[in-house]
Amino acid sequence: MSEQSDKLLNQTLQHVGLTFISLLFAVLIGLPLGILIARKRKISGSVLAFAGVLQTIPSIALLGFMIPLLGIGAKPAIVALLIYALLPIIRNTYTGIVGVDASIREAAKAMGMNNWQILFKVELPLAMPVILAGIRTATVINVGVATLASYIAAGGLGEFIFGGISLNNTNMILAGAIPAAVLAIVLDGLLALLQNLNFKRLRKVLLVLPIFLLILSGFYLLPKAYGSSLTAGFTPEFMGRQDGDLGLKSVYGLKIHTIVISDAVMYKAAFEKELDVISGYSTDGRLKAFDLTILKDDQRIFPPYYAAPIVRESSLKKFPELEKVLNLLAGKITDSIMTDLNYKTDQLHQSPEKVAKDFLISRNLFKVSKNGKAGIVRIGSKIFGEQYILAEMYKMLIQGNTNYQVATKTGLGGTKICFDALLNDQIDFYPEYTGTGLLVLLQPKAEFAKQIAHDKDKTYRYVNDEFRKKFQIKWLTPIGFNNSYALMMRRKQSKELGVYTITDLKQYLDNNK
Amino acid sequence: MIKVEAVSKSYGNTLAVKQVSFEVSEGENLILLGTSGCGKTTTLKMINRLITPDAGNILVNGKDIAKEKPDVLRRGIGYVLQNTGLFPHYTVAENIAIVPKLLGWEKEKIKSRSNEIIEKLHLSEKYLSAYPGELSGGQQQRVGLARALVTDPSVLLMDEPFGALDNVTRTSIRKEFKGLEELKRKTMVMVTHDIHEAFELADRICLMNKGEIVQIGTPKDLLYKPVTEFAKNFLASEKLSLEFKIISLDDIWDLIPSSEPVRATSLSSSISVWDAMDKLQSAPSFVVKNPSGEQKNIAFSAITKAFKRYQKKQSHE
Repeated sequence: MSEQSDKLLNQTLQHVGLTFISLLFAVLIGLPLGILIARKRKISGSVLAFAGVLQTIPSIALLGFMIPLLGIGAKPAIVALLIYALLPIIRNTYTGIVGVDASIREAAKAMGMNNWQILFKVELPLAMPVILAGIRTATVINVGVATLASYIAAGGLGEFIFGGISLNNTNMILAGAIPAAVLAIVLDGLLALLQNLNFKRLRKVLLVLPIFLLILSGFYLLPKAYGSSLTAGFTPEFMGRQDGDLGLKSVYGLKIHTIVISDAVMYKAAFEKELDVISGYSTDGRLKAFDLTILKDDQRIFPPYYAAPIVRESSLKKFPELEKVLNLLAGKITDSIMTDLNYKTDQLHQSPEKVAKDFLISRNLFKVSKNGKAGIVRIGSKIFGEQYILAEMYKMLIQGNTNYQVATKTGLGGTKICFDALLNDQIDFYPEYTGTGLLVLLQPKAEFAKQIAHDKDKTYRYVNDEFRKKFQIKWLTPIGFNNSYALMMRRKQSKELGVYTITDLKQYLDNNK
Repeated sequence: MIKVEAVSKSYGNTLAVKQVSFEVSEGENLILLGTSGCGKTTTLKMINRLITPDAGNILVNGKDIAKEKPDVLRRGIGYVLQNTGLFPHYTVAENIAIVPKLLGWEKEKIKSRSNEIIEKLHLSEKYLSAYPGELSGGQQQRVGLARALVTDPSVLLMDEPFGALDNVTRTSIRKEFKGLEELKRKTMVMVTHDIHEAFELADRICLMNKGEIVQIGTPKDLLYKPVTEFAKNFLASEKLSLEFKIISLDDIWDLIPSSEPVRATSLSSSISVWDAMDKLQSAPSFVVKNPSGEQKNIAFSAITKAFKRYQKKQSHE
């Protein structure tokens, strides 16, 4: 608990630091730019339009664009946040200055003030409430967007939020979301106070403000927990799981400098040598695309996740030929084949349909559709590539071998949505993983789960029995591949360091402190 | 003194000011009069280089302003605007101190001079620490004037200085303005579209139309010797009341019947017919004395007769 509260404090400080360091830069860039376009109105349209366009880039995409340019971690996050904060600051500076009463500006000029004096003594002070309103907007935006910074390993409260979402852990989500919301409200309120001060007080506060900004920015530079010769990037979900980072620490005693990062950019970051060790999925296509290799889990902390179709028993009765057809795929797809198929869709951008068909043809399983009319089999799938491919294969097999019609309901969000659809007879079957069935859907007592989770056959038997009893759902024969968590390294580095297993990794780290 | 020589200014295809020339001698108050869009404000703003002329020269105190640094030039010329142009984020004292600070005056000098000017303009010292937003329109206009006068510039430019005030405040502040000691020695150019204001305050009036000068002359010249139809028509509707205001008892002295010398307190004969008639509202008659010491008894019938004869004489000349 105290470890978690330390973490919360640390993440909150990181969050504040990240928000303000980017705000500081945004002010340093946006304010002069706003002044410039207030002086040269001709270019104001294009500058504001450009900043507006930047603002519309989805934040995840923007963070993604930053990786090839700036890598991962603080730099790209600060730049991305800066870009979001820019528009309100430029626009309000411009609006504020343009809005200064013309007769006041004329009076200043007529009394013999030069352009700089007019700017600093008249225009900026009078525009200040509007400029502060812009900074206020930018601050609130930044507090929000900074939660996404954890996607590219820049820390902040996003680590809790996204970890919580992945783990379906509401408390963890709230542990990140509530401080972030409170932060936004408090900062908004403070800046509102500032904005409404009268001229006299405002003058004094504005002297203190930059110092305040600098101090808050400084939070981000707090020293990190511990360093090591290699850097690991783990997903928020992996960080919170017993069969993840916690297990690595307790079972292997692994001490590695770790940053939290999103699954979407993790592989690429490993490829670009920003990270050395990542927590991936063993059948991910990017494994092949980025030439990564899996470190053997020699102490078996990652439970097996063998894929198999799970079917409603009522559906098996309704469609007697179904089981036989689905089992055509049993044992046919190994880890490396699945990785290859995923590679084709993810990296070569082939359609799941083409990939499925090509595979079936190569195994002589493909038959032309019979265009049967004997009732509709409804196939579900979760919302990621591998499941789409499997759904397509099953569809072709059913259409080619039986007279049933097929309706696919792909992209059913996560495990929970997919499983609920099956329970409620919205679909007849979908591919599920034994590990998920055990740890997410059945959730037996921790002791028991520990005993069987590492044994492939025991797990399969247990989930099959329990699912039949509890849900009247049957696990058909596993397809063959095991899509489990895995630690990965670049193949070249793994060879150079002689690190092939997680135990090797631990020893390497201990020897090279 | 100010000398404007063949100055022109155009905006795009419209010629705002065409070949305008005039001179304002030291201590004189020249008023640029005309309808809006006649080029009077443009002309005024060219004198302190807020607007740069396309052609022609302007000399202030004998120096070509085009050759001076605009900031330095402007610090030496007082400027009063219609909307006061006071800085809302500065107190009254800070507003008044702007030009002295630009000129590098010492704090003590700024303070004593500010107090002095504010007293002369009949503003209480307690307003020094107030913000312009806390003052009435009339008070703001006085602060605006104080700001322009604090460094005692020899030249003062005023752009519709009373334009933003209501009629009552305007009349009273105008009267006050006329009597201000500080303004007596100034060379002034003032812009207005208000005919009465022009006739009341001007030494000479420069009537403008469509960017050109129609006529320059004393108020009497404009009234009795209009050079064009435009000049005549411009004043036609207000002619009588203007005459009452600009014609003094001196002007009609010879036409007022003489009376027995009386030993009573006497007023100066420089008061206008308008003021004399105003006086007669409360007394049936009173005594005036002209500069040569001659005294006359003034009654309503006497001055109306004299005024009519004067009018007739003017139109025959």
